[in-house]
Amino acid sequence: MGRRVVITGLGVLAPGGIGAKNFWSLLSEGRTATRGITFFDPSSFRSRVAAEADFDPALHGLTPQDIRRMDRAAQFAVVTAREALADSGLDLAGFDPHRTGVTIGSAVGATTGLDDEYRVVSNDGRLDLVDHTYAPPHLYNHFVPSSFAAEVAWAVGAEGPATVVSTGCTSGLDSVGHAVELIREGTADVMITGATDAPISPITMACFDAIKATTPRNDDPEHASRPFDGTRNGFVLGEGSAVFVLEELESAKKRGAHIYAEIAGYASRCNAFHMTGLRPDGREMSEAIDVALAEARMNPDRIDYINAHGSGTKQNDRHETAAFKLSLGEHAYRTPVSSIKSMVGHSLGAIGSIEIAASVLAMENHVVPPTANLHTPDPECDLDYVPLTAREHRTDAVLTVGSGFGGFQSAMVLARPERSQA
Amino acid sequence: MSAKTIITGIGVATPNGLGVDDFWAATRVGKNAIDRITRFDASSYPSQLAGEIRGFEAKDHLPSRLIPQTDRMTRLALVAADCAFEDAGVKPGDIPEFDMGVVTASTSGGFEFGQNELQKLWSQGSQYVSAYQSFAWFYAVNSGQISIRNGMRGPSGVVVSDHAGGLDAIAQARRQIRKGSKLIFSGGFDASICPWGWVAQIAGGRLSTSDHPERAYLPFDAAASGYVPGEGGALLILEDRQSALERDAENVYGEVAGYGSTFDPKPGSGREPGLRRAIEVALADAGVEAGQVDVVFADAAGTPRLDREEADAITAVFGPGGVPVTAPKTMIGRLYSGAGPVDVVSAVLAIREGLIPPTTNVVLSPDYDIDLVTGQPRTASVRTALVLARGYGGFNSAVVVRAVD
Repeated sequence: MGRRVVITGLGVLAPGGIGAKNFWSLLSEGRTATRGITFFDPSSFRSRVAAEADFDPALHGLTPQDIRRMDRAAQFAVVTAREALADSGLDLAGFDPHRTGVTIGSAVGATTGLDDEYRVVSNDGRLDLVDHTYAPPHLYNHFVPSSFAAEVAWAVGAEGPATVVSTGCTSGLDSVGHAVELIREGTADVMITGATDAPISPITMACFDAIKATTPRNDDPEHASRPFDGTRNGFVLGEGSAVFVLEELESAKKRGAHIYAEIAGYASRCNAFHMTGLRPDGREMSEAIDVALAEARMNPDRIDYINAHGSGTKQNDRHETAAFKLSLGEHAYRTPVSSIKSMVGHSLGAIGSIEIAASVLAMENHVVPPTANLHTPDPECDLDYVPLTAREHRTDAVLTVGSGFGGFQSAMVLARPERSQA
Repeated sequence: MSAKTIITGIGVATPNGLGVDDFWAATRVGKNAIDRITRFDASSYPSQLAGEIRGFEAKDHLPSRLIPQTDRMTRLALVAADCAFEDAGVKPGDIPEFDMGVVTASTSGGFEFGQNELQKLWSQGSQYVSAYQSFAWFYAVNSGQISIRNGMRGPSGVVVSDHAGGLDAIAQARRQIRKGSKLIFSGGFDASICPWGWVAQIAGGRLSTSDHPERAYLPFDAAASGYVPGEGGALLILEDRQSALERDAENVYGEVAGYGSTFDPKPGSGREPGLRRAIEVALADAGVEAGQVDVVFADAAGTPRLDREEADAITAVFGPGGVPVTAPKTMIGRLYSGAGPVDVVSAVLAIREGLIPPTTNVVLSPDYDIDLVTGQPRTASVRTALVLARGYGGFNSAVVVRAVD
């Protein structure tokens, strides 16, 4: 086996849980952070609920200049990157900055900042020829979301490979998968990697309204995100970020780092079917799971917990249930499966990384987070979805998956590095 | 890993031609395609020149159901993908679907589509926003649409690193080939020449404000004062060499032999910019010495500070005047994520013909110790080429391509 890659630090910013500790409290207590939208007046929208983070950038060390320059999603990424680095105990001053890289996932980049600035330069949509004299210099940073990777690189002092990975709703898995590859191949020794999105804006709510992807359960926002529940009727948009410090296993051991987990396997496939539709058989997701398990050299029955994509659309929940059965066979029925989107909503590209954080913390605590709001079984979803309350459960290996627009299907296997290979 | 990644098909859509033959016929002779913007009335803006693709009618090339759900950059990419498949002599279905993937770069996504929907949202109301806004503008759309149209189910991806992203996508595609995929589509497309995109680009502060097409984008010239944006890009078909041999690939343009990327130190740190290091990593990855490189396709930012940094990096690696340097993007403008892949296309065609296309319009400033190919194209034996691309904020990427024996 070549170079192995481990997580040695994490930072999380999620609705209802800013900082890894608060995030885990929310999940392990099964509380939900979904609510009626407060960021703008949602009265004209079909879906008026979201999982909003109560985030004050000034409290997290960002200067007024930082705040003005950076879209909310960039602010999230910088804050979680700093938390992750502090958590890792790594002093990057002792490392060659050229060997430290950054990958940040984001599905929709600075969409909120762009929506705000568009209103200004177009005079609320009145001008076809928008007015450049009203455009601030940071509009270019919003135009190109690679500015997120740049901000994180500056924040931590990285000078190795840097990029934004933007594969829609699997961005948070694919960004970390990309970072793992760079350490394995020897291009980098340390990667600061994760994902961020802050999509709760009128334009995003409007486009999901148009395809009825988000839930209209406006009278009961705390219980609106209902993955795997028979009464579900769409997802709840969320926001947030999670960032990790990845290191090569031997060098992490040498410095006595706390090792959360090894990223043992990862793969991504495309369904080549439809930009927003899924085939019910789950074949492409299953293929990604199989390849990730093979890369981890693990039999499917070694998986202790599945962190599902669980967006809370019928199509998705059935699709991935089929994929788990295809890949894990009978073991799928014995394995707890849960969706934290029931609590923190669906933050598009960010959620894949936030779910890696949840998976790692499940391993850390041997506790599986629940699927909140799951009261009514769906006969077509017949696995153990850990309804309502967290469960103590020996968790040494986790499968986490993502599925998104464009047809992307990704799977990652996290495990304790000391496991035997088989 | 010993697997070699080779280029077996090319699809280009640039201001200088649709399709590889038209593109090269124009590029090799230095034909200028920068002109006044015609896609909207730019007369109220400080910058009014761009490299536009004129005469492209998507409906002549694509099924009508794809038109309402795609931004211009996606239409261009889908047409280029068709051309690349044809060029490679591969039909969808020839290769198992899980062995083919798509890795593209984007800079700004479908910005024109986004402008239209933002305008509907704010001038008419949220219920007027198109259902297609949920994916037509986002950065992943080209990989998604290309995979769907061509039945490609293998490893795919999307990277965003401003102008450097196109080379990063090619590098990621090469990783997938090395991990066992047989064929990966890779490259980048952007087309944000719309008022909203234009204002965002003006906000960056690096656009030329000259209104003379031949005097606006002048990298390494004493009169350098910014760049001219263009639209379009290129898609390459990359294959594992062995698997391409087995299917008797008709076209073997060259090998993607090396790659390196870095990020610049934070401004004000006093540390050296990262471009030199990216070049050195790419050369080492390819296993070639600086002396073996026959031509460098420069990033050619067109602003004095960035030109200085690039000239210094090239001189540090190759010595003063140590290698021919060219920037054919002076003909078409900077194509954002498409820039690097288009230069890779020029590089392999330069290898094939033994001719270095010129950096048009530029008179080299005596401040730079580089051998810039200006004026006429230069005949030269080209076996190995280095392509550079840099992105706003400090992204540096370098790719080495070389002839395949």
